[in-house]
Amino acid sequence: MSEPVYEIEVEIRNVEGLHMRPAMQFVDTASRFDSEIQVYNDETSVDAKSIMQMTMLAATCGTKLRIKAVGDDAEQAIEALRHLVEVKMFDETPARQGDTGIMDGRL
Amino acid sequence: MEIRKGVAVSPGIAIARAMVIDSRDYRIPRRSILPSQRGREVQRVHEAFDRAVSQLIALEQAQAGRENQIKDIFAVHVRFLHDDSFRRRITEFVEAELVTAEYAVSTILREIASHFAGIDDEYISERAADIYDIERRLLTQLLGEVRQEVEHLKEQVVIVAHELTPTQTAGFNKTFVKGFATEAGGRTSHTAIVARSLGLPAVVALEDVTSSLTSESIVIIDGNRGVVIIDPDAQTLEEYQNYARELTRFEVELSSIRDKPAVTRDGVEIELLGNIEFPNEAVMAKEKGGVGIGLYRTEFLYLYSGTEPAEEDHYEAYAEVSRHFEGRPIVIRTMDLGADKLPYAARHMGESNPVLGLRSIRYCLQNLTMFKTQLRAILRASVLGDIRVMFPLIGNLQELRQAKMILRDVMEDLDEYAVPYNPDIKVGIMIETPSAALTAALLASDCNFFSIGTNDLIQYTLAVDRGNEHVATLYSAADPAIFNLLRSVIHDANKARIGLSVCGEVAGDPEYIMLLLGMGVRTLSLAPPMIPEIKQIVRSVTIKECNHLARKVGTMDSQRQIKNFLRDAATRIIPEAF
Repeated sequence: MSEPVYEIEVEIRNVEGLHMRPAMQFVDTASRFDSEIQVYNDETSVDAKSIMQMTMLAATCGTKLRIKAVGDDAEQAIEALRHLVEVKMFDETPARQGDTGIMDGRL
Repeated sequence: MEIRKGVAVSPGIAIARAMVIDSRDYRIPRRSILPSQRGREVQRVHEAFDRAVSQLIALEQAQAGRENQIKDIFAVHVRFLHDDSFRRRITEFVEAELVTAEYAVSTILREIASHFAGIDDEYISERAADIYDIERRLLTQLLGEVRQEVEHLKEQVVIVAHELTPTQTAGFNKTFVKGFATEAGGRTSHTAIVARSLGLPAVVALEDVTSSLTSESIVIIDGNRGVVIIDPDAQTLEEYQNYARELTRFEVELSSIRDKPAVTRDGVEIELLGNIEFPNEAVMAKEKGGVGIGLYRTEFLYLYSGTEPAEEDHYEAYAEVSRHFEGRPIVIRTMDLGADKLPYAARHMGESNPVLGLRSIRYCLQNLTMFKTQLRAILRASVLGDIRVMFPLIGNLQELRQAKMILRDVMEDLDEYAVPYNPDIKVGIMIETPSAALTAALLASDCNFFSIGTNDLIQYTLAVDRGNEHVATLYSAADPAIFNLLRSVIHDANKARIGLSVCGEVAGDPEYIMLLLGMGVRTLSLAPPMIPEIKQIVRSVTIKECNHLARKVGTMDSQRQIKNFLRDAATRIIPEAF
């Protein structure tokens, strides 16, 4: 029996990009799940649970990341990370004020 | 085997395993470990990580209840230290490359930091600072462990470092530390001072010597020749062990002539004085048989406090030396630093050529408040004994007169407050620029004595920086140009009947003693540890043969010819010294 696989594409929208603190939040969120989680930025793929690798992705504002989770809680993991990146935006300032259409999203 | 040339700052020979102390403030050099040490080195990485984590958690907790960025920073750093892939990258580097934990930490973190710095986004690129912070924290742990080790040594070692700080040396277990070698530093560096006060050999200015060592390296520190030999071959090791034994035997032998006079076989008395840097070195100068201080360097007063020394600081330092040499000459040289070396000379801007720039007497003449403070202290001390004052780097008569005028001003100030001083204090100058040497007859009319500072005189005359390895071989006292200059200065001083001494390194070099005596020098001021050996030479020669030798040198046309001739002559007189 193969494990569940979920995949999603998100866009980094806070001004400062995936710098240290957002990366920490991302890693903390990913680490709550048992699934293997990989993050892809073009050709590069890194372990979502490693802060070193995540920060080295150097995802700036506007970067589109693909997140892939494999495991029993893969679906929940993907949803939590999407929420963090696109909805909470790491509790930081979005790039374009008033562009709330994205924020409201599909919750 | 690797031979490195540096600057000898404290004599003697030490042979022992090298204990390398890296500094987190400098690039950590690549240093190899043995395959058998892999496990231990990886363990050191883990321990450093674990201790750094505990430290960070404590720091984070101290910020508890506060929502602030500092707390976030600590939290991020803890995540890094908990990141297995990060830690693995370092331990794998140690295992694959066989390098020290320090080097692996420094290399990997710098790789990560440069990755950030290269990203064209200011928020991301600034993150390099966090990485450097983590690097420092880990290195602090690793280096702290080394410091612990030095404090609890169980076997003899020589300490090799970029540079040593007072805090580091204060913790050394001195029973087991046998010598020092540093990449940075000069004659006045902290390492030099500590080594001399402990009587341990030391060589400084060894560029990147720490990168040539492994933790198992055996090192020979030759504080007489300024050489450090890394992992000597069996033959060299044996030679040095014999040399060290020979030196010890020779020293014992020499100590017996301590109380004998420095008189040549034909009855001419030679005055042997000590060059000192610190007040407590006066003790050694006396123990070694020095009959006074021919050069009391005062730069330490300006370098060690971090602020400009007060008059009392000067006075106490001078008074302390005078207690050891009551009634004997003590020549105090006024501040001889470049503006670039003075930590509090804030208004000073970078100079493109400090050796030819604002330094020494030039700086003093432009900073009269500071200069007068020192002169006041020297004058006040002048009633304690035969205290003399000497101005360095005098380039012309004008400068000498200016300096003397300021000395008179200070005397008048003291008169006003009825502070006692010796109004007839002897005033001398260093002859260390070609211009002073060439106008010595003029200068002699306006001062009581000359002291020839051969080190700078050679540097300025031959236009050679001996610290520059590409031209260092051109630097030699055995140069016909130097011979001619010395001869004319000595002639001018004798003609004017003023005092004359030589206080540069040649005065403590066995090879040059006969030449100096033959040229008419009767007072030598040298590093105290060399006094017994030089006295032995003085007692073994006649002025007649020295005169003959000097005349012969006057006919020679090259450094090589002079050098070989002097060496042969000295070897015949006192073979033990070579």
